[in-house]
Amino acid sequence: MKTIPKGSLVEIGITVMNAGNRAPQVPADTQKVNMEMLVKGILTADSRQGEEAEISTPTGRLLKGRLIAENPPYTHNYGEPISELGAIGRELRAMLKEKEELR
Amino acid sequence: MKAAGSYSEIMARKAEIMKSSVGIDYSSYACGRLSFDYEKMLDDSGYSLDAIAAIQADTAVGRTPLVELKNITSIAGLCASRKGKPGNGARIFIKDEAANPSGSFKDRRASLSAYEAKQKGYPGIAAASSGNYGAAVASQAAKYGLGAIVVQESFDSRGIEQPEIAEKTRACEAYGAEVLRLSVGPELFYQYLLTLLETGYFNASLYTPYSILGIETLGWEIANEAKVRTGRFPAAVIATHAGGGNVTGTARGLIKAGASDTKMIGASVDLSGLHMASDHDFNRKSFTTGHTGFSIPFTTWPDRSDVPRSAARPLRYLDRFVTVTQGEVFYITQALAEIEGLERGPAGNTSLAAAFALAQDMSRDEVIIVQETEYTGAGKHPMAQLNLAKKMGIEVRRGNPEENKPGSTIVIPERPEQIAVKDIDLGRLKTSYLKNIVSSIDRIEDIEAADWDFLAMETRLSEEEVCSRLTKIIEEQS
Repeated sequence: MKTIPKGSLVEIGITVMNAGNRAPQVPADTQKVNMEMLVKGILTADSRQGEEAEISTPTGRLLKGRLIAENPPYTHNYGEPISELGAIGRELRAMLKEKEELR
Repeated sequence: MKAAGSYSEIMARKAEIMKSSVGIDYSSYACGRLSFDYEKMLDDSGYSLDAIAAIQADTAVGRTPLVELKNITSIAGLCASRKGKPGNGARIFIKDEAANPSGSFKDRRASLSAYEAKQKGYPGIAAASSGNYGAAVASQAAKYGLGAIVVQESFDSRGIEQPEIAEKTRACEAYGAEVLRLSVGPELFYQYLLTLLETGYFNASLYTPYSILGIETLGWEIANEAKVRTGRFPAAVIATHAGGGNVTGTARGLIKAGASDTKMIGASVDLSGLHMASDHDFNRKSFTTGHTGFSIPFTTWPDRSDVPRSAARPLRYLDRFVTVTQGEVFYITQALAEIEGLERGPAGNTSLAAAFALAQDMSRDEVIIVQETEYTGAGKHPMAQLNLAKKMGIEVRRGNPEENKPGSTIVIPERPEQIAVKDIDLGRLKTSYLKNIVSSIDRIEDIEAADWDFLAMETRLSEEEVCSRLTKIIEEQS
């Protein structure tokens, strides 16, 4: 695994609770998986990806966890146009026009 | 992380952590066996409506435009005619809360918490929110030079994020906040308590008096603007209903403006059948708030919230409570963009979908006001939500919305006249509320004098009616 230099923006992962040890009110499917937490911050020392590392968060807290990624991207987007929504505007404009003509 | 207490240890310290992180001694408002002095708790915050409006104006919160949706009103009128109700189709207005600094009405809720935290010398503010509220807290913290930590429920065990929450992560980080992103589960609250304990930050809970009083300006503005624009108070105001704060604060603001006859309607997306703590169900819903997964439990048990006594008490204010389907909200979101030129939501459009249906049962000279919009963007958009739904194997099609099934089928209406509301029986919710609140009581004689008045206020039932329902409940319990 590569070494990420001190000062890089990174994301670390911390296991908050282990599977099987979750809160009693949690449903069965959630009981079977860990509760994981991800946090971004600035790496305080050169660290190897996948190993324990320390970050300084935007509020200045020092947190330790598994070093997951350097400069992690935002990947959410719009995606493909939704054909099921595509015709709605046209249909409504036709109704408005019909109403205009009725006047 | 610093050495942390176990789940049960930390949860047992909840009351103590809450007391220091919100600066309110909730036990001082207790009276009777079950009740507390709600109005005193709100009054003791010390903020008048005028003071709140001034604090909000200082950070450009509030005074948002009230927009008449003339084309959507026309379509509602046409639908009413087609259904044999000519003359119906109330004027629909929308309060464009997307114009607030972080893009939603949640800035109103965050503003007073941030101001209070600054005044009291807290180093920062924290919120447990996967939605707009987190961004509002981050934005307000930026304005006051406070640290901000937002704790979100973000992804399932496969690492798949809710696109809407991913966008809120980005927004919170854009405002300089520390974001703790968690996988699915209610133990998020444990992590939140740990964070409060470690940082000494102010808990900008959605359920403190500050968070509710901050919304009163919204109800007040709506009442007064409607009066100026239409000559009278609106017949109805409709709010998207989740934890109850939106309904409570808006209704209180309406009442303070004198609009006591205006009907307060709550609207939620119907997500019945999906479990809110289920890892499997997490990405099978297209709405992360404003849905029945929150609104039903919070209406029937408001004190389930993160503070001992929630300032959001929806049953005190709701005149009517309706649901719509996910597909109907997506339809009206598209309509709002394409025939009104407002690309907003989608979550804030839950009440618009309901208003569109309700307007058809009202006369054309009446006014119904949708009390919020929210900003939209990548992730926080019907396209992103419906692409996720398809990826999760959910069927998306045009059709009759009655065929909508949360978690398996999203039906986009074929025609606008198919959009309809389903009423939730408030009477049944009141009984559920009473069941929850008296679960610790064995005998009706144990209920004290102060409790009767409280329970009547909480449910808007007469003391006799409360007594008759409670007698039945306690009999069934024993």
